[in-house]
Amino acid sequence: MITKRIIPCLDVKDGRVVKGVNFQGLGDVDSPVRLAKYYSDCGADELVFYDITASAEGRALFTDILRETASQVFIPLTVGGGIRRVEDFERVLKCGADKVSVNSGAIADPSLIGQAAKKYGDQCVVLSVDVKRVDGVFRVFARGGRENTGLEALEWIRRGVGEGAGEIVVNSIDTDGVKGGFDLEMLEAVCRVAKVPVIASGGAGRIEDFLTLFRCLPEVDAGLAASIFHFGEVRIADLKAAMAEAGIPARKEN
Amino acid sequence: MTAIVDYGVGNLFSLESSFRAIGEEVRVTPDAEEVLRADRVILPGVGAFGDAARKLRESGLDSAVRQAAEAGKPVMGICLGMQMLFEKSFEYGEHPGLGLLRGQVRPIRELLEEAGADPDRKLKIPQIGWNALRFTRESPLFRYIQDGNHVYFVHSYAAAGCQDSLLADTEYGAYLTACVGKDNVFGCQFHPEKSGNVGLKILKAFCEMGGAKA
Repeated sequence: MITKRIIPCLDVKDGRVVKGVNFQGLGDVDSPVRLAKYYSDCGADELVFYDITASAEGRALFTDILRETASQVFIPLTVGGGIRRVEDFERVLKCGADKVSVNSGAIADPSLIGQAAKKYGDQCVVLSVDVKRVDGVFRVFARGGRENTGLEALEWIRRGVGEGAGEIVVNSIDTDGVKGGFDLEMLEAVCRVAKVPVIASGGAGRIEDFLTLFRCLPEVDAGLAASIFHFGEVRIADLKAAMAEAGIPARKEN
Repeated sequence: MTAIVDYGVGNLFSLESSFRAIGEEVRVTPDAEEVLRADRVILPGVGAFGDAARKLRESGLDSAVRQAAEAGKPVMGICLGMQMLFEKSFEYGEHPGLGLLRGQVRPIRELLEEAGADPDRKLKIPQIGWNALRFTRESPLFRYIQDGNHVYFVHSYAAAGCQDSLLADTEYGAYLTACVGKDNVFGCQFHPEKSGNVGLKILKAFCEMGGAKA
């Protein structure tokens, strides 16, 4: 049986993990390579590297650390941030990324999804969508959740899948940072329109939130989070053990 | 030395790195001579079958892979590379493969329907993610791993009619072909280079296989 994936997301700026991470026994870590290795050893099923650098120098540092990570960490790597053209796909795939996540770049030019899917395959293109309720309607936000695009989220996701997006990351702005659990209502609506894997993001605060997610919405394929993993609030090994105990299919790294 | 056959399909950086990680000398090469000099051969592949099979033929590397297999060298196809070891594929039409193993490559959707998979499970195609191996035969490839270990899959098509080479399958509504091997020719539908330590252990076992026909 296919397992539910647990995916830590690392924000990377100028080649370093933003804010750094402090684990017991690991000390302060701001090397994406070391952190990626650590997560992989703990049983993370996949990693997302999110490049928040704006400068060309930062981009170059990012691809350096991506290449170094990919030469040492042997689980799927997804890269997002600053992906606006097909050449950006090429740039990160060459350095060992397996999938590329598009967000604002696809909103600016929706044909980017189809172009990339044709060139690299659907499985390579992840459509990441920041969604927030506005007057009871799910709307797509761009520029890191700052700008309401006016796009209706379910319609946008349906279109993205039609263009060739192989997976959807749904980040609920409404629940993000609240740590009160994933946005089950929003995710259920997305699962109804998207027949490709759906990755839930935004709102996880503790292990139980992941268990609730996979119990209530068995269609959801993966749970993604950042700070709760980085700050040790949820340890991936504990989460995997709790999933297995709850009868949720989970991979054990051995 | 292990040669990774580079016929212009997909990115081979991770695959190359995974061999380095287990301390194996590896060369990514578009050169048929070098493939023939290697002790072992890896046939990678992503994308569509027809396109990849055409590129492999046009590069002339198809005969190098075939010769290596016939000389008794361990050959392993990965993902689409594994699918190309079979007689033919029904991905968008009908395309001949290398025919080193008996069987055909067919859409997962069709295989699930034939097997009477429960439609309520709403299984998504492609299968993307980690799934468990169920061994159907003993193999030296499994020397360092166990039945039930998880490996990473990304595929919409799977090999069928390959009972004579089946080594392991995986449950996805129906049991899909995950790993095959007959004599010195092996194939993994999953990505060992993306399957954590389990994947590296499979590659290590492959690299320990001898170079000459027993």
